[in-house]
Amino acid sequence: MILSSLLSAFTLVRDGDTGLFNIIGLSLFVSGIGTGIAALIGMPLGAWVALTRSRTRPILIVFLNACMGLPPVVVGLVIYLLLSRSGPLGSLGWLFTPKAMIIAQAILIAPIIAALTRQVIEDAHAEYRDWFASLHLSTLRTVSTLLFDCRFSLLTALLAGFGRAIAEVGAVMIVGGNINGFTRVMTTSIALETSKGDLPLALALGVILIAIVFALNAIAHAIKSYAARTYG
Amino acid sequence: MVDRNEVLRLDAAQVEIGEKRLLCAISLAIQRGERVVILGANGAGKSTLLRLAHGLIAPTRGNRESVPAAQQRMLFQRPPLLRTTALGNVQFALRASGMPTQRIDTLAAQALAACGLAAFATRHARSLSGGEQQRLALACAWACAPALLFADEPTASLDLNAVREVEHALLKLNADGAAIVLTTHSLAQARRLAQRIIFLHDGQLTDDLPAAQFFAGNRSQQATLFIEGEVL
Amino acid sequence: MKTIAALILGALLCAVMSTSAIAQDKFIIVASTTSTDQSGLFGHLLPRFQKEAGIAVRVIALGTGQALDAARRGDADVVFVHDKAAEEKFVSEGFGVTRLEVMYNDFVLLGPKEDPANAKGNDIKAGLKAIFGSQSIFISRGDKSGTHAAELRYWKAAGVDPAAEKKSWYKEVGQGMGPALNTSAAANGYILADRATWLAFKNRQNLGIIVEGDRALFNQYGVMLVNPAKHPHVKKAEGQAFIDWLVASAGQAAIAEYKINGEQLFFANAKKM
Repeated sequence: MILSSLLSAFTLVRDGDTGLFNIIGLSLFVSGIGTGIAALIGMPLGAWVALTRSRTRPILIVFLNACMGLPPVVVGLVIYLLLSRSGPLGSLGWLFTPKAMIIAQAILIAPIIAALTRQVIEDAHAEYRDWFASLHLSTLRTVSTLLFDCRFSLLTALLAGFGRAIAEVGAVMIVGGNINGFTRVMTTSIALETSKGDLPLALALGVILIAIVFALNAIAHAIKSYAARTYG
Repeated sequence: MVDRNEVLRLDAAQVEIGEKRLLCAISLAIQRGERVVILGANGAGKSTLLRLAHGLIAPTRGNRESVPAAQQRMLFQRPPLLRTTALGNVQFALRASGMPTQRIDTLAAQALAACGLAAFATRHARSLSGGEQQRLALACAWACAPALLFADEPTASLDLNAVREVEHALLKLNADGAAIVLTTHSLAQARRLAQRIIFLHDGQLTDDLPAAQFFAGNRSQQATLFIEGEVL
Repeated sequence: MKTIAALILGALLCAVMSTSAIAQDKFIIVASTTSTDQSGLFGHLLPRFQKEAGIAVRVIALGTGQALDAARRGDADVVFVHDKAAEEKFVSEGFGVTRLEVMYNDFVLLGPKEDPANAKGNDIKAGLKAIFGSQSIFISRGDKSGTHAAELRYWKAAGVDPAAEKKSWYKEVGQGMGPALNTSAAANGYILADRATWLAFKNRQNLGIIVEGDRALFNQYGVMLVNPAKHPHVKKAEGQAFIDWLVASAGQAAIAEYKINGEQLFFANAKKM
């Protein structure tokens, strides 16, 4: 079954079925934008927690780390209730659209990006602390310099977030509704084909998803080792 | 500053952490263009004195006066460098000091050339050798034309050739008018660089003498013990 | 670094364009059941309706109970489900406008081909009694879907209360028809399913039809517009157009012609208006 699934995965891609490419495209789009939004929130937040000396810091760190394990189904349910026509944000009409899926994924992975950013920035700052103090760097410039200096490590954080987003099924199923041609992504397709009992097709889609995740990680690794060679 | 020829003045400056006294009642003044070497055994308080003098730590008692922070720079034993090119590092140092953008490129190129690094401008900072890295850190400081340069064991982990090159660059910067305050383990280096020696023993300033007098034997008992220990 | 960023940006832009090309201005949301969606019926009907009316239909496939709940919250324009009692309650509460009957199919009792409970026949009551008598494994949807409601009605008719039977033979999986069928196939247990999903289901393993053809297994589908008086954003005109098309001759004919392996899945039975 594994072998035949590999074969049919290959056939699916080779035949260039538009439906399949739309599904893959939507997966990349939703997870990509979701990761982008999560990065805009998570990176400054993580950098801030890394640099702050306030008493709430340990609480913040525990909170961030705990948020990494947010159950997707619960996040999906909460967003569903918020965006439902009877919910507080119902008038937006975003339920069962890719927008809702992007929000769900951004909320799920922002804590991951923030926590990884905090670790990276904290390590880098330990190395530069005296130097930056000597230069009397403003907080804003400290954060922007550290984010720039850690750009290669942060890329890994971004990819970790993206990897979780694109492999996530619970939340996007609930808030997206798995509408054919509109909110159907790779993971919800796999869930659907599994429930139709078409296990080989489900596995073939899974093979494609894994291949994408593998390729992204290979790229990330290549960039990191290139950076390690040239920048030290 | 009261005296326009002074770049730094400490008046009975003291540093304590809890019950522990790291430095007691240090009084000294550094003149424009001077070369001062701080000697002392491990744990005597050399680095603490340097950090106090630079303003990285505040005196718990006593006073510190100096030229503005923007006119001071510090070199560290392990030069902190950003993950970018040599030129990029000098440009960062200039931007951080608030230099107008149109002057940055010229000043950066001049500083690199002055430290013998013109050929390394596009090399990645962290791929340079130890000596080159320390000279790059010096170029970063140089670009900002400091009146006062602190150096905390800048050649401690370098081989002999690299030590010579760094010392050469330091002397050139001094010739340009910067006062230099340097800590070292090496008596030979102190002989080569110092016009004046400050000797610390157990957080106390025991000697503050012209280098010639200090090495001629006109010094405290603790300093003699230190030097004999070193020679033996 | 800049080229990589440009590549990523380019890929994202392509993705944006490909998704916005799919998005339609005129669309309705239909809350329906897994049986109609997963059997492929909607895949057959919707392109025809869209071609004629120019309205895209976005189907959310849920159990009947969940579909009605989503509609109660106003998250759908039209409901298309199969649990007459629940639908009538929905309308009488004022959430739906009018319930119209569209089509029917039937339920089948599935089980291991060798039929260890000896439940085979054309009488659902007798079949369930036999399963209870032999304490054979039975998989229940347990998800308040139309099929689950029907299953509970049949147990009641057979005089067995499975809720009181906290025995290991009766397993509630709390899932849709497909996952429940997968579980049943893996556990080699009995299960009640709608014929359409069964015909489209591929992971059958040792499962086969045990009871079919009982009049009681008749499974009626109804359609209704979500009440615009309760939820003003409901797309009344477009939703009504879809309902009208379903119960008129074009929709009825399209339902009747849908077949899997030559077998008709749904039987159009809308009342002539």
